[in-house]
Amino acid sequence: MSGHGHSSSGGGLNLTLKVWRQKDAASPGGLASYQVSGISTDMSFLEMLDILNEQLLEKGEEPIAFDHDCREGICGMCSLVINGNPHGPDSATTTCQLHMRRFKDGDIITIEPWRAKPFPVIRDLVVDRSAFDRIQARGGFVSVNTGGTPDANAIPIAKREADLSMDAAQCIGCGACVAACKNASAMLFVGAKVSQYLHLPQGQPERYRRVLAMMEQHDAEGFGGCTNFQECEAACPKEISVRVIAEMNRDFLRATLVGTEL
Amino acid sequence: MSIQLDSKIPSGPLAQKWEKHKFECKLVNPANKRKYTVLVVGTGLAGASAAASLAELGYNVHAFAFQDSARRAHSIAAQGGINAAKNYQNDGDSVYRLFYDTIKGGDYRAREGNVHRLAEVSVNIIDQCVAQGVPFAREYGGTLANRSFGGAQVSRTFYARGQTGQQLLLGAYSAMSRQVGLGTVKFHGRSEMLDVVLVNGHARGIVTRDLVSGKIETWAGDAVCLATGGYGNVFFLSTNAQGCNVTATWRAHKRGALFGNPCYTQIHPTCIPRSGDHQSKLTLMSESLRNDGRVWVPKRAEDVAKKASDIAEEDRDYYLERIYPSFGNLVPRDIASRAAKRMCDEGRGVGPGGLGVYLDFGAAVKRLGKATVAERYGNLFDMYQRITDENPYEVPMRIYPAVHYAMGGLWVDYNLMSNVPGLHVLGEANFSDHGANRLGASALMQGLADGYFVIPYTIGQYLATSGQKKVTGDEPEFKQAAAETKARIDKLLSIGGKRSPTSFHKELGLLMWENCGMARNREGLLHNLERIPQIREEFWNNLNVLGDGDSYNIALEKAGRVADFLEFAELMCRDALHREESCGGHFREEYQSEAGEAERDDENFTYVAAWNYTGDLAAPELIKEPLIFEEVHPTTRSYK
Repeated sequence: MSGHGHSSSGGGLNLTLKVWRQKDAASPGGLASYQVSGISTDMSFLEMLDILNEQLLEKGEEPIAFDHDCREGICGMCSLVINGNPHGPDSATTTCQLHMRRFKDGDIITIEPWRAKPFPVIRDLVVDRSAFDRIQARGGFVSVNTGGTPDANAIPIAKREADLSMDAAQCIGCGACVAACKNASAMLFVGAKVSQYLHLPQGQPERYRRVLAMMEQHDAEGFGGCTNFQECEAACPKEISVRVIAEMNRDFLRATLVGTEL
Repeated sequence: MSIQLDSKIPSGPLAQKWEKHKFECKLVNPANKRKYTVLVVGTGLAGASAAASLAELGYNVHAFAFQDSARRAHSIAAQGGINAAKNYQNDGDSVYRLFYDTIKGGDYRAREGNVHRLAEVSVNIIDQCVAQGVPFAREYGGTLANRSFGGAQVSRTFYARGQTGQQLLLGAYSAMSRQVGLGTVKFHGRSEMLDVVLVNGHARGIVTRDLVSGKIETWAGDAVCLATGGYGNVFFLSTNAQGCNVTATWRAHKRGALFGNPCYTQIHPTCIPRSGDHQSKLTLMSESLRNDGRVWVPKRAEDVAKKASDIAEEDRDYYLERIYPSFGNLVPRDIASRAAKRMCDEGRGVGPGGLGVYLDFGAAVKRLGKATVAERYGNLFDMYQRITDENPYEVPMRIYPAVHYAMGGLWVDYNLMSNVPGLHVLGEANFSDHGANRLGASALMQGLADGYFVIPYTIGQYLATSGQKKVTGDEPEFKQAAAETKARIDKLLSIGGKRSPTSFHKELGLLMWENCGMARNREGLLHNLERIPQIREEFWNNLNVLGDGDSYNIALEKAGRVADFLEFAELMCRDALHREESCGGHFREEYQSEAGEAERDDENFTYVAAWNYTGDLAAPELIKEPLIFEEVHPTTRSYK
């Protein structure tokens, strides 16, 4: 977690940025080189890009489009492959929470979008992740309407199970798992949702239907299969464990062989 | 003729108002519901829960968000928890107590009827979320866990680690996703609402811009629900997400919707202090930290530069515990924020610029052990360390207040409908339930109450009684609104000046923080009212937006939002200037006690200030909705 070399009060960094620029999905893209100087080590990575964008606008160049919103590591909007790593070099850290104290003066930093066929580039570093929403709409829910639900304490849930469910539910849907995977598999994403529900009594009635439907959509979107390299877990800013893939595979197998009835 | 406001609060005893009203609301026959289309703008807690619940009832729903997915809305960032009057802890909680705490916490500037309803449905929200599979924290026995939050002496806050907002939003998002799968909700992501369309005086549609293709589109429906969040980003630096903006509510205001209490903004006491001019946002540290963290500054100003560990226990001033012994570190947010400011004004603030106070976990680590502290707050500590490069297990956190939440918003009646028929406003976007100050863990409660349990009943009343003809989107009103939107975008693109949208946003934000922030006075507000139109003038003559309107253009998006902030800010200052009292998040320096506490003026200001756009930004019309207290009697709020 702590940076190497530079204190937070240090002077500015001078950096070379190689940034992927692409006008739209239909146009070819390429890396463009930019210089930034006097970057404070207290800045976040995205604040460094903000400064570059202000400079570009001043020079009459269109700013670099990148996705971001909450800037506190929870909305899942920010992305960026930084020097080959989805969300950059720090573990358990989204791009928006990455700080410039992690870099050294004179560094060359390559910044690219998530690269996966199911995530087409919209512009520059922005990709279309609506495939995740379509997977979610196939089964990432408990089919319960508003109202008419039992008292929240009516069904006790063991703390251990609730904790396992919460560990999986932390997924922010950013897609780093897909960007890190050589197969562009989204099985960590799907597994996280499946695991959240399979550890809860509320998730049981649709348990096997859910896993089949979500995986069917996963495959239809063009995401690949898991071949157990575990790159997804290493890249996940919320440290979702590949355990969720194992759990999903178990249920998927059961559903395929025995059927979706409980 | 001036607008007459009718809050439509039902008559009768407080505890029976909502029950009575639900019965009196007209119903739409199940077979007819599918003939109605509802446009829901914004898909955070309020919008997603409304979209899901309305679709479950059978309505056709179109939902719009400027983010790519409903799961990104800023509701997701809420950390600490959600209140509900379950009394699971057997510690004396009740619907009435939650009602009372919320009315008092809001400094007696909210409606009794709305707040009681909120407290009533709070219990249903928890049931609903658990049924959806929201993994709330639990005890070893399997029951739900609770924690305490500011402004209450009972433990009624339900939580999911430090990510309660995330889990609740994902719950609402999952419910909405189910309806998307069923085809009853059509979701339009990366789609920003830029105008409301009125036909025959009723809200019947919206104008959107597809942020990817730049296409301007109009959407026709039978009712519109705005759930577009708050306007904290008018200050540039706030805890809000970068995209949060006032555009949807401001454009609705300019079409006739009254803006209620815009001067009420919440300044949250526990945020990470600023570190430099480059900063794009401020990060909140959950209020739940005040359960175990102790807030202090050095007793003597000459000690502020010392390391915290070098300041002896007897030289520390645990000022919240000293001034407010019965609530201690858990006083409401407005009180804690102002106390921090006072300490810093006295020269006892710590860290860069003396703008910070300590939030110290030393005693908690000793008492509970590091593991327990890590289990409760680990993710927050990690976030703090990532941003500041300091380890809060070893050195106290430094915190300072920051803009967090907007209590003000579009005026709505008890049915959550604005004065424009058919235009409903939900969640933070409306002004309704928090008065002048919102208690912690109440925003999630209100967003979900509005979406799950209020609008599904009250929208039927409008649809069943409005008597409006169907619209198709081909009416001249739609064409004109789209043309006006297009012209505005063309204007932004054609200025060809030198300054970026962000530079104007920063300039405005600084001015607002200085003179309409944690403390305001007449002189500062008058200064802002002079400066804001000048900045606006420069904006429209010297703005630099490159590119075109027919593609993904981030500078253009930003410019449109800043343009609206530049108009809205003026109304905020006008409201702050006219309210010659101090209440909740609105602290007028001229109106304070000897001890520096806020001094309300109940005789003259017990009303909602609802502002009507007259076509002249300098002369909005003030319409007052008197607040009537039948149940509780406003007293000086004391947490001592």
